[in-house]
Amino acid sequence: MQKVRRVISVIVMNESSVLARVTSLFAGRGYNIDSLTVAPIPESDLSHITIVTFGSPKVIEQIIKQLHKLIPTLKVIEHDEMVEKEMVLIKFPIGENLSNIQALCNAYNGGIVNVGVDMVIAMASDEPVRIGHFVEAAQRYSPCEIVRSGVVAIER
Amino acid sequence: MQMSGAQMVCEALIKEGVTTVFGYPGGAIMNVYDEIYKQNGFEHILNRHEQASVHAADGYARSTGKVGVAMVTSGPGFTNAVTGLATAYMDSIPMVVISGQVPLSLIGTDGFQEIDAVGISRPCTKHNYLVKSVEELPRIIKEAFYIAKSGRPGPVLVDIPKDITAEMGEFDYPKEIHIPTYKPNYKGNDRQIKKAAQAIKKAKKPIFYIGGGAVLSNASEEVRALTKLTQIPAVETLMARGVMGAGNPLLLGMLGMHGNYASNMAMSETDLVISLGARFDDRVTGKLSEFAKYADVIHIDIDPANIGKLVDVDYPIVGDVKRVVEKLLQVLKDVNPDNYRAWREILGRYDELHPQSYQDSDEVLKPQWVIERIGELLGEKVIITSDVGQHQMWAAQHFPFERPRQWINSGGLGTMGFGFPAALGTKRGNPDKIVVNITGDGSILMNVQELVTASEHKIPVINVILNNHFLGMVRQWQTFFYDKRYSETDLSYQPDFKALAEACGGIGYNVTTKEEFDAALEDAIEKDKVCFMNVAINRLENVLPMVPSGGALYNMLLEHKDQ
Repeated sequence: MQKVRRVISVIVMNESSVLARVTSLFAGRGYNIDSLTVAPIPESDLSHITIVTFGSPKVIEQIIKQLHKLIPTLKVIEHDEMVEKEMVLIKFPIGENLSNIQALCNAYNGGIVNVGVDMVIAMASDEPVRIGHFVEAAQRYSPCEIVRSGVVAIER
Repeated sequence: MQMSGAQMVCEALIKEGVTTVFGYPGGAIMNVYDEIYKQNGFEHILNRHEQASVHAADGYARSTGKVGVAMVTSGPGFTNAVTGLATAYMDSIPMVVISGQVPLSLIGTDGFQEIDAVGISRPCTKHNYLVKSVEELPRIIKEAFYIAKSGRPGPVLVDIPKDITAEMGEFDYPKEIHIPTYKPNYKGNDRQIKKAAQAIKKAKKPIFYIGGGAVLSNASEEVRALTKLTQIPAVETLMARGVMGAGNPLLLGMLGMHGNYASNMAMSETDLVISLGARFDDRVTGKLSEFAKYADVIHIDIDPANIGKLVDVDYPIVGDVKRVVEKLLQVLKDVNPDNYRAWREILGRYDELHPQSYQDSDEVLKPQWVIERIGELLGEKVIITSDVGQHQMWAAQHFPFERPRQWINSGGLGTMGFGFPAALGTKRGNPDKIVVNITGDGSILMNVQELVTASEHKIPVINVILNNHFLGMVRQWQTFFYDKRYSETDLSYQPDFKALAEACGGIGYNVTTKEEFDAALEDAIEKDKVCFMNVAINRLENVLPMVPSGGALYNMLLEHKDQ
């Protein structure tokens, strides 16, 4: 069966080992995690977990049901129409062409965020696909380190 | 009221109506055992291995419908309990297991007898807790019982660090449960139920496929009424034996790998599967693409994750089997049972063609005869527990189960060593019944230490060891599929079972003939002590029919030349 990419938001009680329950569910049942982000929801006792996963439609359906079955899970949101964003930090040697790097970052809602003795750190935040493009484009400036944040998403 | 965490545990158990706890003490749980010593609200059964404690609590739960309770210490006490948790989890059995843990300050330091109990048990419990303060202890125990028995039931672990059982706190046992994230749906969607009823009325070859959920939701009466009203035939899974009752003319039998011919053919030819609390396990379906190939599927299950997991479902209904069947009874009042007459006749002919049978012998005891004989002699007075293997399948095929909860076995996990301790729990929960554990010479040795438990606590369960000096089911597969290379399945070297039972304060019998069996059973019931009945059976007897693993249900081995 055709594998599809899905972004799933899980609203859970912000309690100890809840993230372990989610990730061990994926591990134990052989589901994929492409990216995972988690943070508390402001002014509540809940956390928001965003998971990007791949699988056949049957598997995706099972993932959603199994996530829902976890006792601390309040809500599972899976939607075609999600606004997705991701962030990336890239470290470049200071000898590279900084104005080109700056221009590149500007095209992806970013900029140079830190300048050190040997390195500059650039940031971009955009849709996950575009972050992929940004990382590709950055290759020509000899990046030494790339850190992606994973996807966060919200229903439209 | 101010009390220690240990006292809270005992008080909470009493408030939950617990009368029997199965367990084994140790360092991290000692504070609680000290309180158990002082109280008399419940009895404690000292098993001789933690695995047996959990199986005993499980047997207690399966046979009574109440939540079973087991108590173990940290580290090895807990890891020994894991098989018991997994067994209960696979069969959705309501159970609360309380484990000791090293003090909070030592957690994460690889302390003596420290192990990450919530981490290890996460995939084999419905939910688990590590208690972090004495204040939350009463609420957690309350929630544990509620979660264990509500929705799709399952085992819940409560792991309590030693310093918390020593600490004093306010005990105010909550009356109400408040878990905003957990709201099981029992009702079933009315519109879906009506649609399903329409499908039933339109079908020509419908079949009720009854699973363990019908037992768990105590739906036997309703299910029998529904089959009677519609005159639609039914098949039972291993976990549902007894729901329809053995003499029921609409019951075709058990389906699946060792199902009978009519049941498996019914599933292969049906045009509408009506699943009542079954989960399309691979031992039931055989080759999935050939299973109920021509049928639409109505799937009634309290766990939405079961629906559509393996087969595509046309009429999904999330709800409790009992409640949904009650509604189906209403909307199917005008059903015409004649619609299915031709179908019933076809299935009747299948059953005549290949009935569930065996070849009896005058020279050697046949296991099927022994099982049928127990049914003849004890009937409704008995509850049967079993271990895992050939004897389990023979019991499921040949014992005349008349009611649900009369058949206690490990279906999902298939745990050898389950039967004897489960029998102890069953007997404790049903003192008026005779409890017979049908077991094999392989399985019985996996919790044989429980002879001592049974003798000490005077729990008279009868262990019928169907002894073929083989690890029989594996041997059968080796005969069929491995060219008779009997790798490590010959169990000829074995203890003197009679002497073993006697050494532990029980009774032993060696049985080789029908007369000896009758006499031994009569004597065992009269003596009212734990016993081993070592029954020599035909060595190479196979469980038939058999659907080879991964094959289609309609391709059954009906007989084998070795028999």
